[in-house]
Amino acid sequence: MSSTQSFRLASESGVGSQIDCDKPLSFIFNGKSYPGYAGDTLASALLANGVDVVNRSFKYSRPRGIVAAGAEEPNAIVQLGSSEAAQVPNVRATQQTLFDGLTARSTNGWPDAQRDMMGLIGKLGGPFMPVGFYYKTFKAPASMWLTYEKYIRKAAGLGRAPTESDPDIYDHMNRHCEVLVIGAGPAGLMAALAAASSGVRVILCDEQPVFGGSLLDSAETIDGMAAFDWALDAVERLAALENVTLLPRTTANGYFDHNFVTLHERRTEHLGDTAPTLDGRRQPRSRLHRIRARHVVLASGAHERPLVYAGNDVPGNLVAGALSTYIRRYAVRPGKRLVLSTTNDYAYRTALDWQNAGGEVVAVADARANPDGELVERAKAAGIRIISGSAVVEATSDRKGHRVNGARVAAIDIEGFRVSGEVELLNCDTVATSGGYSPVVHLAAHTGVRPVWRDDILGFVPGQTIAAFEGFGVVGAAAGVYAAAGVFESAVTQVKRALASDGIDAEEVQIPIVETFREGAAVAMYQVPHDKPTMRAPKQFVDLQNDVTAAAIELATKEGFESIEHVKRYTAMGFGTDQGKLGNINGMAITARCLGQTIPQTGTTVFRPNYTPVNFGAIVGRHCRELFDPERYTAMHQWHVEHGAKFEDVGQWKRPWYYPQKRRERADGKLESMHEAVVRECRAVREKVGVLDASTLGKIDIQGPDAREFLGRIYTNGWEKLAVGKARYGLMCKDDGMVMDDGVTTCLADNHFLMTTTTGGAAAILEWLELWHQTEWPELEVYFTSVTDHWATMTLTGPEARNLLSELTDIDLDRDSFKFMEWREGIVAGVPARVYRISFTGELSFEVNVQANYAMQVWEALFDHGEKYGLTPYGTETMHVLRAEKGFIIVGQDTDGSMTPEDLGMHWCVGYNKPYSWIGKRALTRSDTRREDRKQLVGLKPLEANVVLEEGAQIVLDPKQAIPMRMVGHVTSSYYSPTLEHGFALAVVKGGHKRLGEKVYLPMPDGVTHVAEVVGSIFYDPKGQRQNI
Amino acid sequence: MFHIYCPYCAEYREEEEFHPKGQAHIARPADPTATSDDTWGEYLFFRDNPRGVHHELWVHAVGCRKFFNITRDTRSYAILETYRMGDQPSVTAESMILAERDAECGVTSTATMQGVPS
Repeated sequence: MSSTQSFRLASESGVGSQIDCDKPLSFIFNGKSYPGYAGDTLASALLANGVDVVNRSFKYSRPRGIVAAGAEEPNAIVQLGSSEAAQVPNVRATQQTLFDGLTARSTNGWPDAQRDMMGLIGKLGGPFMPVGFYYKTFKAPASMWLTYEKYIRKAAGLGRAPTESDPDIYDHMNRHCEVLVIGAGPAGLMAALAAASSGVRVILCDEQPVFGGSLLDSAETIDGMAAFDWALDAVERLAALENVTLLPRTTANGYFDHNFVTLHERRTEHLGDTAPTLDGRRQPRSRLHRIRARHVVLASGAHERPLVYAGNDVPGNLVAGALSTYIRRYAVRPGKRLVLSTTNDYAYRTALDWQNAGGEVVAVADARANPDGELVERAKAAGIRIISGSAVVEATSDRKGHRVNGARVAAIDIEGFRVSGEVELLNCDTVATSGGYSPVVHLAAHTGVRPVWRDDILGFVPGQTIAAFEGFGVVGAAAGVYAAAGVFESAVTQVKRALASDGIDAEEVQIPIVETFREGAAVAMYQVPHDKPTMRAPKQFVDLQNDVTAAAIELATKEGFESIEHVKRYTAMGFGTDQGKLGNINGMAITARCLGQTIPQTGTTVFRPNYTPVNFGAIVGRHCRELFDPERYTAMHQWHVEHGAKFEDVGQWKRPWYYPQKRRERADGKLESMHEAVVRECRAVREKVGVLDASTLGKIDIQGPDAREFLGRIYTNGWEKLAVGKARYGLMCKDDGMVMDDGVTTCLADNHFLMTTTTGGAAAILEWLELWHQTEWPELEVYFTSVTDHWATMTLTGPEARNLLSELTDIDLDRDSFKFMEWREGIVAGVPARVYRISFTGELSFEVNVQANYAMQVWEALFDHGEKYGLTPYGTETMHVLRAEKGFIIVGQDTDGSMTPEDLGMHWCVGYNKPYSWIGKRALTRSDTRREDRKQLVGLKPLEANVVLEEGAQIVLDPKQAIPMRMVGHVTSSYYSPTLEHGFALAVVKGGHKRLGEKVYLPMPDGVTHVAEVVGSIFYDPKGQRQNI
Repeated sequence: MFHIYCPYCAEYREEEEFHPKGQAHIARPADPTATSDDTWGEYLFFRDNPRGVHHELWVHAVGCRKFFNITRDTRSYAILETYRMGDQPSVTAESMILAERDAECGVTSTATMQGVPS
């Protein structure tokens, strides 16, 4: 045994069930190396080494030590990680298993927790930092908040995120079971045994590395065995069953609707700060189990409640049960002389454990006038001094506040909330308290159940379950049942009831025989009165993590905060990663006292997921980097990559944006800028021929005898007369008359159409068609199938398009036999194809559609033949410029869900006289859609040729008016046109259709005001002759 | 995360497969041209937001692509019933009140959870 572990008990003592003294480890805390043993937690190893100060407090920067032994620990929050990439914030030292080389730092404290400079501020500023300090101090001027905040955040905060990428991998798993048991203490083990015997699928999880819960600290016997051995045996029996899944180191963090529970399983965090490989393979650091359970049995136990007294935050103050845990599990007795302050019998176990471990119990201050339970008798028999009707009113400390050096004990009047006798100062180094137990109701609260106060157990238990959580039950200490016999009974009863509701008879399970002992009644006490009033007494902490004091709560109530939810927000009690595990009930009790109410009248705040912090890696799982979102590629994607395309994300699609070429005129071989590439690509289309990969356009195959009727109802324009072989542009509105999508639909056969949609809108439009068909017009016989991925589309456009395509196809491309807005079927480059003569550029265009798996061959054949025609691939940027020159809108760019077809100047696309009142028609005659000052689509031509207006720039009519100016519209699309050698834009302007020729102004943030002329939205070839050559 | 019984697939599926589409049973006026601006505006824009029983339209978007209805308690998020397009709900705010009254009188209700086998 290392000499530095001076608080470790000798191995002959028979305690220390969790540690292996034959496996020494070393770890680094705040830069200093310490020894420990395999099986230790970071907390137990720190205590063994006598490290009292493990952190500085959040607000006042006070030295803080370890208070508890589990998830409820508020102080020992550390930053883990030996390298930058391995940094993990917010780790509770009490939950972190020790491994060799573990490196941890205190979360707060600079330069470290021992020698803290912020503490100076804490000491100076402490008295001047009342509740609501930040709200009150930094509220004005509002504009300065951003400045204050930066510094406040730096000084506060609980840890930091790593700046390097996480090297580990994380998994998600979906699971199903009939019975999920949360917590593997006596109640959980019993519930799992009972459920497993029926053969149904059972999952049992516990946040600790070893199952057993309170049994691991217990001196009781079960079925004649030591409690610890009974737990081991139960786990062995469960592990042998195929229908049982055991998940240690697994926290149930959230309980969501319809019995959906998320479990966070830490698989390697006890092995290293990054996951070691297993058989040469990477293994996931943690798993997030997504469980849909038929029944959920909550056996989450209870947290011991500390008392609230002066000086209760000095290192050396612990909750009583934690001392038993450290002694029994880890063979650590973190002090020599103990004073215990209690309101109940259970804490006497700690006094006995301390004494058995060779420590001195100076006294037990029992708040009850006549404590007489069996455990009390045992303590008396062991010669322990019991001071009844009293409590520790204050823990005193050394000058630095680094360790308790005494306890001031006094007779108290609980009812009158006052010290009623002389104060006696007892010399000690450890103060342990117990104010009873708080059932861990967090997960039950996630379901929306409000906890219910029970006077008999002095705690909140989960209220009645609600319907969306059918099959939910709470057992054991979580339900306020503490005596072992009752715990086992409650578990078996609940499981039987749950399975019976499914018609399953659980086999009779033997309920273990346990020793019972006579228990004395507990007394209700939360805050201990001090000889000075609360506001003047030394700080009495309620929420140690958020530095909330009893005085702060009292002040909050005096300032008028009456709702517990308001008190919580004003004081920050129960905030953040702590979620009020230790302090909430005490806080509510103090609020109740200050308001002269009962605790049930005060009520609880709402506990929210997650129960303990979950790292982002576990939440994200494999959905990161290249798997963050699916990427969709067209059939020609590889060609685009090989030809240097820059890509643009359109929905999930990767579309070629532009194809920068090496600049021939420059020796440095640098690539073209986007502007240069777009100018070149635009010229190629307008002068020769270009090709666009348009495969991403949504394609919906529509069939059925009523397909034509359906199109007529869903589109604004008419479809009755569209003949086989012809295509038509269509506008789609919502029933409010606003344009939602557009595209070309072709008639393939009399009852067969192919609709194209915008790239991003494909899935939504399919759902839209189904909505109307299924909900309003089920009598129409029509079927919709998405064929977006089945077809690849190549848009061949430019004056040379016909010459090029004619080399590759048997289709007659003559302008008079294959007219504009028609389609033909034939062979292109040896492949069956549908060719459409439609145009989104204004030039002569052929859209070649082939089965996607043939597309690359056709695309390459186009280029084999295309060089002599100057065939140039172009991307979405050039497409945008070319279409905008023609005034073709892009839904979602030039429209925003508030534009009618008429606002867009597209009356020509509206079938006012169609027999059926198609979707959107009625709304077009509502008074609002008839307003003349609606924003209408127009063209804008900047007065200066080289100005490209900013998309989104606001438009005003009078540039000299005072700010805020009256804005009458904004720019929706804006580009430089190589063809016009001029900047140009599309914009929406109030009453714009009547403003043609007027000048408008665009004031920019840099002080420049652009001037533009309102023009028609078609900038190029207004008569549409070029597409018809 | 809801667990939703699709009345067409006849299976419980995860919420991720579905899209909510708002209030159910909103009929488009049969003759829009004969409908006043007010009535049309009511149809377009106004929706109930009850505390309690609510009938909602959902679609099994990445499943069978069928639209169907869910009756849901907006307080507890319990799904009381799912039923096909064209069917009428058997659980309504009124029936729930009656069921509660019956339960108080000791009569067991059979109205709930129809179409949702457990």
